[in-house]
Amino acid sequence: MSTPTLPARPAGGAGAGAGSGANGPRERLRRLRAELRHWRVTDLIGVAAAWVVGIGLCVVAASILGYMLVQGLRYLSLDLLVTQPEPSLNQTRSGGILDPILGTVIMVIVGTLIALPLAVGAALWVVEFGRPRWLARTVESMIEVIAGSPSIVIAIFGLAIFQLPLMSWMSFTADGGAVFGRSFLTAGAMMSLIAIPSIFTATREALLSIPQHLREASYALGKTRWSTIRAVLLPSVRPGIATGTALGMGRIAGDTAIIVVLLGATLRIEPEGGVPLWGTLTGTGSTLTSYVYNNSPAGEGGAPEKAYAAAFVLLLIVLALNALVSIAGRRDPARTLQK
Amino acid sequence: MLARLRGPLTDRRAGLLLGAPAVAVVLIVLAMLVFVAIQAWPTFQHNGLGWLGDGPAPTGGTVDQQLGSMVEGGEAPPPSAYAIKAWPLIFGTALTTVLSIAIGIVVSVLAAIFIVDLAPRRVRNVVVPVVRLLAAVPSVIYGLIGILVLVPFVNDNLISEGQRQSVQNVIPLTGPGLLVSVVLLTLMVTPIMIALITDALESVPRGWREGALALGVTQWRATMSVAVKAIRPAIVAAAVLASARALGEAIMLSMVSGSNGYAPRIQDGLIFLFEPLRPLAATIAENTESINSAALKSTLYAFAFLLLVSCFVLSLGSYFIKRSLRAQGAR
Repeated sequence: MSTPTLPARPAGGAGAGAGSGANGPRERLRRLRAELRHWRVTDLIGVAAAWVVGIGLCVVAASILGYMLVQGLRYLSLDLLVTQPEPSLNQTRSGGILDPILGTVIMVIVGTLIALPLAVGAALWVVEFGRPRWLARTVESMIEVIAGSPSIVIAIFGLAIFQLPLMSWMSFTADGGAVFGRSFLTAGAMMSLIAIPSIFTATREALLSIPQHLREASYALGKTRWSTIRAVLLPSVRPGIATGTALGMGRIAGDTAIIVVLLGATLRIEPEGGVPLWGTLTGTGSTLTSYVYNNSPAGEGGAPEKAYAAAFVLLLIVLALNALVSIAGRRDPARTLQK
Repeated sequence: MLARLRGPLTDRRAGLLLGAPAVAVVLIVLAMLVFVAIQAWPTFQHNGLGWLGDGPAPTGGTVDQQLGSMVEGGEAPPPSAYAIKAWPLIFGTALTTVLSIAIGIVVSVLAAIFIVDLAPRRVRNVVVPVVRLLAAVPSVIYGLIGILVLVPFVNDNLISEGQRQSVQNVIPLTGPGLLVSVVLLTLMVTPIMIALITDALESVPRGWREGALALGVTQWRATMSVAVKAIRPAIVAAAVLASARALGEAIMLSMVSGSNGYAPRIQDGLIFLFEPLRPLAATIAENTESINSAALKSTLYAFAFLLLVSCFVLSLGSYFIKRSLRAQGAR
């Protein structure tokens, strides 16, 4: 926001020269000095601190990105991307990161497929139906509870339900009858909880921003609520749904706790049983996040070079999803801003 | 089934169809509370609320030794196997959360003022995407940078040999610990807070600030006394959201906290910053592989229950704080 009420922006520190005034830098500086003479020292310190923080954030982000870029390009090779990992402590023999990449992709797909209908359906119901009122309010606050729950708690909750004998079809059952509870399907089901809040919020905001007369016009034509939703509302909230979904996908791709607890921590994708697709879904595996975790000094692998390469790929995926968010947001006529 | 969705649906059926996922979401959350509470029950049954406290457990040993002996208890452990005093873990969680949120509030308010008020358009166009980027970086990448860059740096440059020797009988100082944990946690939670606070600051009516300026106040004073004061509810909301994330951060903290069930002692002075710890969430993440032992399982669910309840209490508290602030005229 520009402030025309002041002759010059009070700007201490490094960025003082930024922005070109109409009167040239020297004139600006002189007026700045005149302005600042009336300022208290504490205020000047505050302004300087704000500048330091703002510039500091950029420096930190740039150094993180730059560092990951350097390390990633140093250790990443095409070979690494297309070979399967091998269980070896020797970094030269521990193979590539094909399975973790596929694992991340499967996880994002499964999680999104479960989250989308739940979140969009819930949002449509809350905005378009929303009776009884208390139930609608409960749905909204429960989704806030999900958003506030730590993912490690969601993960361990998943372990509790998917180890029930009732849920044995979703994962592998040991000889003694103990249900393992860990598979792509179980992890994906819990991952969907992580994505639901962002999809729900984006859809609800988009629905709320549609003017009421659009709905009324549709009702006036004798359309039912369902065909109004299908023909009028859904097409116009699609960008909002897309924004929320991309955001949720980013969160799924970046989450580690659920993977560590619920994916069984096998290095390769190990299908369960003979059925091709279903076997993979009920089998175990790893994703980029768990691969990074296990290959860092914190895990048992101790292969930092592989960890850097995998982390770089992960960062690229997450940043690409985030770029999608801003593209979808720009297309969004309602300009639904996601937080 | 899907073909029928294309056809006309009566209002009533459509309501039921869309109401089902809405109710499902509610049921899932309730199931989460119930399941975690049920699994946590044995710990409360055997220890009462005493396990939240400090001091040696009836069976002796540190927290880590107690957790270790639980694994040996197997599937049908004796009641004594449940004994635990989890204070170091709880203290570690609270310490990292409070410190990072306290720093985070200051940093994010300053950053929001910078973005809304101070930054020239060109700088602003850089800072806003940068904040979004920092929010998007997965926690495991922060953890990786922490353990491979920051931890060795702290170990080599900040911890002196004298400091290491002064506590060598109590705790090893090898780099990971409170300092690195808080730095990274702050970096992780600040972007969320900045996003919320910036939005709130932008929505403060222009007139309010201009009113202050017209009274002859400097721009900074107008921002601090009018705008920042007006958005106190948003600052509270941001802090609560961020502390929920900080409380539940498991993986990153398990990588850089030193993973030692030790409660850092403030009276140790500067060494305090380098002392290792391990929060509750990281403890859960690291121990799920041995969850077949009944005592350990119940203990881990008790930790999870504690985290859930804290998050719930936090959001409840923020609701009441926000309400009383709004009653005073804040936005």
